[in-house]
Amino acid sequence: MSFDFAFLTSGNYGALILGGVLMTFRLFASAWVLGMLIALVLVGLRGVPLKPFQWLLSLLIEYHRNVPTVVQIMVWYFGMPQILPRELRIWLNQGDTEFMFAMIALALNVSAFMAQDILSGMRAIPSTQVEAARSVGLSVLMTLRYVTLPQAIRIAVPPLVNRSLILFKDTSLAMVIGVGELTYQVRAIENLTFRSFEVFAVATGVYLSAALILMATGAVFARRFPADFRR
Amino acid sequence: MLDILHQYGTMFLIGSWPNGPIGGFAGTLILAGLGLGLSFPIAVVLGLARLSVFEPVRWAASAWVIVFRGIPLVMIIFWAYFIVPVLTGTTVPAFLTALCAIVFYESAFLAEIVRAGIQGLPRGQTEASRAAGLSYVQTMRYVVLPQALTNMLPSLVNQFVSTIKATSIVYVIGVNEVTFAAQQVNSIELTHALQTYLVLAGFYFAACYALSQLAQLLERRLTRRRLGLA
Repeated sequence: MSFDFAFLTSGNYGALILGGVLMTFRLFASAWVLGMLIALVLVGLRGVPLKPFQWLLSLLIEYHRNVPTVVQIMVWYFGMPQILPRELRIWLNQGDTEFMFAMIALALNVSAFMAQDILSGMRAIPSTQVEAARSVGLSVLMTLRYVTLPQAIRIAVPPLVNRSLILFKDTSLAMVIGVGELTYQVRAIENLTFRSFEVFAVATGVYLSAALILMATGAVFARRFPADFRR
Repeated sequence: MLDILHQYGTMFLIGSWPNGPIGGFAGTLILAGLGLGLSFPIAVVLGLARLSVFEPVRWAASAWVIVFRGIPLVMIIFWAYFIVPVLTGTTVPAFLTALCAIVFYESAFLAEIVRAGIQGLPRGQTEASRAAGLSYVQTMRYVVLPQALTNMLPSLVNQFVSTIKATSIVYVIGVNEVTFAAQQVNSIELTHALQTYLVLAGFYFAACYALSQLAQLLERRLTRRRLGLA
């Protein structure tokens, strides 16, 4: 076996891989932002004092936590068009349909985990701290700024970074519905050229570098803002 | 949804067995169970290596963990699909290819659980047993690992849930498991995609939710035992 990466510069293989990398990052970024927004809404809805509504919310969150991400993508892409209203379907089909459904599925999936991470960050702070802060004369905003948030963020951010890493890896699952992200392009090029080692190596390198950056970010944060800073 | 379940229930559960290879949800559980079981010994070695006093050993184990945690399982499956036949010199069934990939992938995650389990024990345990004259191997075998493994049980159950969910992607190389069965049902039915995939989701949900609850139960019992209440 001889390895030759030069073929990547010939023809349009290089362009395909680059396009795949860009698509992977686009999918990751849009699913992350949308997922975070949904997570914040979910956290807010957790405050609604209505039992049946809370059960529904729990069911939604548990569905997204206990069903594989691929299956969630399939439910959205193959199944949901059956029941979505016509106008919405037309709107989704205007642009890149596969991308839209993959983004929705990934965002909903990650939002369930993010909501849980944010909630456990908030629950970790005893309510007596808020009461104490308020009684020594801090305003609501000051309590949030100096007492609650500094502690909650230290607890919530490490799992959120970890979840972001998993989301980045999960973008590869969008391959199954034909989103042209990195893994999809790699498989397509491998089928055409049989240069398995070279294309796999390039893709692995891309995933690994992104993962290392995310892991390093998490480690730096954990060192600068340790959760048990009281010691 | 119920008629899909009624008509194709056995296909979802066991695939085309006994007329063909065992598949369906049984295939998923076998793959996940074997994957986790076979990666466990590797993970114990890796976890111990991550805490080793020898720097090169520590680095090698860390590199292993970072690499296999950092790349998507699909990518590892592609690598296995390409490398395993080259190494063995023969064609390998898709099931074994998928199993290899899952063992490597899960070993990295389990290693972190093992490491956390060992680090969760008070240092005094190791120091006392070493001072009492036990060797490193004896200390690990009789003092550290039995306690660490018990404490790890909830995490292990959670990892089994993750493994079950992770195996759903192996249908891309044609392994007979429940997602593959759903694809088959969908290509027969064609018009009931939502119902078919929701039935599929239901299978995963039932198993994974029950196991997650079990993990929480174990966690609570272990905490109570540690506090000396049980």
